[in-house]
Amino acid sequence: MKGRAGFALALIAALLCAVARADTVTVAVAANFAAPAKALAEVLRKTTGHTAQLSFGATGMFTTQIGNGAPFDVFMAADAKNPAKLEAEGFTVPGSRLTYATGRLALWSAQADFVDAQGKVLGSGQFNKLAIANPKFAPYGEAAMQTLGKLGLAGRLTPRLVMGESIGQTYQFVVSGNAQLGFVALSQVMADGALKTGSLWVVPQDLHAPIVQDAVLLRRGADNPAARAWMALLQAPATRDLIRDYGYAGADR
Amino acid sequence: MDAASLATIRLSIELAAATTVILLAFGTPLAWWLARGSAHGLGRLRAPMRALVALPLVLPPSVLGFYLLLALGPNGPIGRVTQALGWGTLAFTFWGLLIGSIIYSLPFVVQPIVQAFEAIGNRPLEVAATLRAGPLDAFWRVALPLARPGLMTGAVMGFAHTLGEFGVVLMIGGNIPGQTRVLSVQIYDHVEALEYGAAHWLAGGMLLFALLALLAVHAVQARWHRKATA
Repeated sequence: MKGRAGFALALIAALLCAVARADTVTVAVAANFAAPAKALAEVLRKTTGHTAQLSFGATGMFTTQIGNGAPFDVFMAADAKNPAKLEAEGFTVPGSRLTYATGRLALWSAQADFVDAQGKVLGSGQFNKLAIANPKFAPYGEAAMQTLGKLGLAGRLTPRLVMGESIGQTYQFVVSGNAQLGFVALSQVMADGALKTGSLWVVPQDLHAPIVQDAVLLRRGADNPAARAWMALLQAPATRDLIRDYGYAGADR
Repeated sequence: MDAASLATIRLSIELAAATTVILLAFGTPLAWWLARGSAHGLGRLRAPMRALVALPLVLPPSVLGFYLLLALGPNGPIGRVTQALGWGTLAFTFWGLLIGSIIYSLPFVVQPIVQAFEAIGNRPLEVAATLRAGPLDAFWRVALPLARPGLMTGAVMGFAHTLGEFGVVLMIGGNIPGQTRVLSVQIYDHVEALEYGAAHWLAGGMLLFALLALLAVHAVQARWHRKATA
């Protein structure tokens, strides 16, 4: 009897230990980073046993939700502005903000041989619509407008613009063929360092301000070991290589 | 209120009005057939047709928007037709939104009219027939006037529901000022850009309008009920 009770206690203790070691971190992830985030969650599970629960969405909407008590431990934004705002308002763990990736902008078409290596198709006007993310709040949209400005095409192409609410939606417009051209995130059209389909021009980084993507540890995740592990993982050298393979310039550009 | 907001409001009202008028025009005969059509021949299609009309009620707008985006695209069935006709593709145009809105708001207009036609019963139409009114005559001069509260409810619901449409517009609209940027998308934009003040103005206005629309529907129905029982 005593032995059995002892065994049960030991079992419960062991289970509790396992639970304590394997925590869950909830991460709000900018839509453009969905694919690498899933790969990172797999790395986290294999190396630490922790589970990362990922939510994908628009950065501005996440900021509003976090400000109103959304249950996230970590926020991986598509820009530096929104995490800084949350930091200023006291929603983050001070000093936790870091740049995890620098986004690359790509002019992309779902049709092969449609976009040339210099992006001259933009000036030729031989396309129906140009899809961009809404430049008012989407960093890739802002970079797209800066690029058009630098190329001197902003005024001429404005009537051809259609706007997605996120870079994910912009990609949808182009992949469905409704817009023949679009400025998307390079990470959306790359897999294992190669173009998945269609044709593209990787926009040179001197045509727009860098798309700096910052992550912060939120107050809710301050004492969550899984959240701490996730933040540490973001800074690991192997992670930087992984992120680069998905079409980002890396944090240390 | 700035010019951009006014343009957005005007576009939203135009879209809702056009949708309502078109739905009343072809939704009324459809409702008549669904409510009182013959049970034989083509009438056997009534039950599946009722289900089809109700479908947008239960489908997420994202499903509707996704399929519309593919259907309107250059390789989709609608896109092929519109391209062959020389209209190009309809995504990112007012006409594309109109097609989406007509599908999306269909049950909100047709169902109240079906109910109104059903509520008439056989008696008034039998009397009309005895008085030698032809079927078309009976429809115009007996059935339609008796179904008026259903028509009004359908019109108000169709208008208000189109005004509140978001998911479908988001998927096929492209947010073009003056063409596809409607109120609900504008509000989403304001929230996304953290412009809560501007969002409040438009969102509060929508809330007020929706409430007034439902009050109006209620008032019409209450008046009709009093008349019917008096």
